[in-house]
Amino acid sequence: MTGGSTQVRSVYIWVTEGTWRASVDAALNLAPAGAEFTLLHVTPAAVTDAVRGAYLGLFGRGGRDPGAKVAELAAAAAADLLAAAADRLGSRCERLEIQGQAERAVVRAAAAADLLVMARDGDQSRLGPKSLGRAARFIVDHAACPVLLVWPETAPGVGTLPPPPHQPSPRD
Amino acid sequence: MSRPRDRPEAVAAVPAAAILIAIGAISGSRALAEARQLGPVIGFLAAILVLAHLCDDDGLFQACGGWMARAGAGRPGRLLAQVFVIASVTTAVLSLDATVVLLTPVVFATAAKLDVRARPQVYACTHLANSASLLLPVSNLTNLLAFAASGLAFGRFAALMAVPWLAAIGVEYAVFGRFFAADLHQRPRPQRAERIEDAPLPVFTLTVVALTLAGFAAASAAGLNPAWAAFAGAAVLAVRALARRRVSAVALVRAADVPFLLFVLALGIVVKALVSNGLGRALTPLLPGGTSLPALLAIAAVAAALANVCNNLPAVLVLLPLAMPSGAGAVLAVLLGVNIGPNLTYTGSLATLLWRRILRQHGSAPDLGEFTRLGLLTVPAGLVVAVLALWAGLRLIGG
Repeated sequence: MTGGSTQVRSVYIWVTEGTWRASVDAALNLAPAGAEFTLLHVTPAAVTDAVRGAYLGLFGRGGRDPGAKVAELAAAAAADLLAAAADRLGSRCERLEIQGQAERAVVRAAAAADLLVMARDGDQSRLGPKSLGRAARFIVDHAACPVLLVWPETAPGVGTLPPPPHQPSPRD
Repeated sequence: MSRPRDRPEAVAAVPAAAILIAIGAISGSRALAEARQLGPVIGFLAAILVLAHLCDDDGLFQACGGWMARAGAGRPGRLLAQVFVIASVTTAVLSLDATVVLLTPVVFATAAKLDVRARPQVYACTHLANSASLLLPVSNLTNLLAFAASGLAFGRFAALMAVPWLAAIGVEYAVFGRFFAADLHQRPRPQRAERIEDAPLPVFTLTVVALTLAGFAAASAAGLNPAWAAFAGAAVLAVRALARRRVSAVALVRAADVPFLLFVLALGIVVKALVSNGLGRALTPLLPGGTSLPALLAIAAVAAALANVCNNLPAVLVLLPLAMPSGAGAVLAVLLGVNIGPNLTYTGSLATLLWRRILRQHGSAPDLGEFTRLGLLTVPAGLVVAVLALWAGLRLIGG
């Protein structure tokens, strides 16, 4: 979306394990009628890489590469998750499955979107910068499109705000 | 399947050993002596590989997956604790191969079912395959090699390594808890967990494994090679599985992985030739004598460094003859280094370099950053506490 236009047509929803429902619900509730949805899931390549690396460290003994098995399981799990998210969304949508580093893959895939919906992936117990993990922090910092950032569950109360800087806390 | 394409090292080692014998870098009789010494170790390894394979066939790891899924649903932190327990015990009893090849896919599938991020859980498996392989001679091929060379009894080996093993696992657990705090505090709804199938625990197989373990200690105490207990355990499970047509004889031979056994034999001869032609002399000054705390720390550090330069298998073969004059304590310090060390660089191996080159050719280099950061946090700390524990154990119960 650029300065002149305010019409949101293409909505990308980044779905991740455990938090995808909140992202889908936010897209459903907040996107305008007629929006076109794309569900985006990234399988981190680092996981299969780690398994392949461990197997290579055995000089290939044990006979079968568990990396291939994990890659297969990951593909099936991603397809399941996208199907569940599509179900919840209810309307027609594109499904996009990417393998790679999540943060970069999401920024690239959603570059031309009018809106990217995603959930916080860090500490969900208090308001603050730690509620964003590495991946979400990178996307918020680098996204080329508008971003809608939601809490995966009920947001923590404003009581969890840290005390303002340079002011002694009441106990001091 | 044992495709040579997967293991260029194995293919190269056999001709390399033949050439070294042909040019006289190692005499035929010394090569034969080395082969004779390695033979029982290799047989032991084959028995353990078959045992682990049969456990998998009988559904042991599926049952573990079911247990983790039921108790860990909705609580990723709890799931990680379970993965730590199962991966540590699997590695210790059935060797790191079982954890990497058989358990890791089950752990991944469990995480996916529970709708939690799989990365902490999978990384825990790959880390513990190394750092939890300290406890028993059967936990790691490096241990089997050292065990055969050191002359320690099975029970004594386990007694000296028990506390270092727990200490290394403790460091991993503490670091993982902090490193993956965000992933572990996630509160997934366990809705998708209803699809957990109830895999029954294979009681017979577990009993055989427990008896095999007891057999290791008993055989060793009676002056027999504990490999016989491994053979017996594997034979009982194999006969049962064959009788029930759960497994074919071909699959059993494949599980024993003969090409790999040949590779270990050839590697042993190659390393022997290199050590006696100058490598030993070159490395001797790096390895301090004695079993004082600074000496043990230095030995473990050198071993860890060498394991990262050239994989822990050649590293342990090179260092064993140099450490043996200082006694069992020095040999066990070498094991701490070569077993914990590889977590620093995935596999600590030339294979890593080969693999990275291959992936580059395909246009995607692996993301090593996170794994390496995790290794930097766990490996030095794990080494130090494990060496401290070993040193204290040596003082308390003697080497």
